[in-house]
Amino acid sequence: MTRHRYQLVVDPIACDGSGVCAELVPEMITLDPWGYPIIEGADVPSQLVDLTRRATASCPRLALTMVRLDA
Amino acid sequence: MIAPTGPTRLLDGAVSGEVVTLDAHLGRWGALPLVGSQQLLGTIDQSGLRGHGGAWFPVGTKWRSVAGKRRHKPVVIANGAEGEPASGKDRFLLHRSPHLVLDGAAVAATAVGSDRIVVHVMAGSAADVERALAERAVRGIDRGTFEVVVAPDRFLSGQESAAVNTVNGRHPGLPSFVGIRSVRDQGVAGRPTLVQNVETLAHIALIARFGPRWFRSVGTHDSPGTVLATVTGLWDAPRIVEVPLGSTLGHSLGIGPDQAAGIQAVLLGGYGGGWLPTATALSMPYTEESARDHGSSIGAGVVLLLPTGVCPLVESARVVRYMEGEGAGQCGPCVNGLHLLATSLENLAHRPRSLHGGVAALPTLCGLVEGRGACRHPDGVARFVRSTVEVFADHAALHLSRGPCHSTRPFLPMPDTPAPTSFFRARSMADTSVRFR
Repeated sequence: MTRHRYQLVVDPIACDGSGVCAELVPEMITLDPWGYPIIEGADVPSQLVDLTRRATASCPRLALTMVRLDA
Repeated sequence: MIAPTGPTRLLDGAVSGEVVTLDAHLGRWGALPLVGSQQLLGTIDQSGLRGHGGAWFPVGTKWRSVAGKRRHKPVVIANGAEGEPASGKDRFLLHRSPHLVLDGAAVAATAVGSDRIVVHVMAGSAADVERALAERAVRGIDRGTFEVVVAPDRFLSGQESAAVNTVNGRHPGLPSFVGIRSVRDQGVAGRPTLVQNVETLAHIALIARFGPRWFRSVGTHDSPGTVLATVTGLWDAPRIVEVPLGSTLGHSLGIGPDQAAGIQAVLLGGYGGGWLPTATALSMPYTEESARDHGSSIGAGVVLLLPTGVCPLVESARVVRYMEGEGAGQCGPCVNGLHLLATSLENLAHRPRSLHGGVAALPTLCGLVEGRGACRHPDGVARFVRSTVEVFADHAALHLSRGPCHSTRPFLPMPDTPAPTSFFRARSMADTSVRFR
């Protein structure tokens, strides 16, 4: 199976700072003092890809996307 | 038609207040040579021209990425929506030399295979452009269609995706989140869109006539050619000056040691740029690379010479509060972060003892907004604040130990503030500078 490279991207206009994403993948996302997500690191580590994908689906504003870099 | 040999190109033969008609334009520069797309792309690549709107992105690279889109015909936006209150070069060019800009737009359209050119300007320039387009229509010199779109009078109006939104009539003047894509993929009416600053287009009008070798005869290898700067603080009113890239501002503006002593610091790149110590700003090569190496940017050519006797922290706090108000209000980190940055700088300027965490807290706060907006507005403000803290560290220490300065008249130009006052006595007008207001 080929491993793909993914990056996690926040649409800062859509994001309203619900913070759901940071609860699901704290390894990837921390919150700033106002509750908006800060993405840690560049690529999504392969062991976190499934969890991160769930976080993108759980965002009430659908502001979080996982972008495949090697597409 | 004779190519200008010196460092005066766009301002060639400039006389204050004059408008170059189409007849005069063709008399001076001749008609545009008829050249195909591939040759134009090659010419622009060889010229090394970079975008003069503020980002200094290589023009050839940008054109090729738009020209390479095969599915839809691209749209060209000639971008003259100059939202920076301290910049006047774009509206000056549109007033004085609209045909250089429109020629450049026509060349760009041919190069990328576009049949639609939108001239995107502030309200004050619309009549200048309409008049020039009417002159061209009579002669029938253009193949594609031109239209004029007026931008909202806002700082962010010239931002690439904001310009596209204005032209599309949805969220005018507000940037979009484009993610890893750009308006070059999908812009006006969903078509690939080339957004190019009007000064860049004016340079292109001359490169198309005189070639890349001529263009490179002034400037540096990485930053060839000249640049229009809007200089405030040297004469009784701001002036437009054409300077060779890579020259020093001290030399180009004729500022000697005596005059330099009256300049407290220099702000390059406007309110999203950065402060520099006077000696650095006047002696470094005037290019985007050098400015960035020093934590600043030449941006769209704004040069503000801050006189001694004005509190730099009061001025910087005014800038950040203004920039907060000019934000699009769309992204949480920018809305919250710029508000806190503005309040912190105001505290440092006026109530130093109420600044929580001291001056050291400011760069940390900058880190919280950088890279976190849909556009680069917060990044520009962060650069400005970082430079403020660094360049005026001694002054900030004085505020903290002895209290704030006595208030002085506002210096930096912002809408709804008095026009900037000259500090130096009026100098004899340098031959490359032109009054624009």
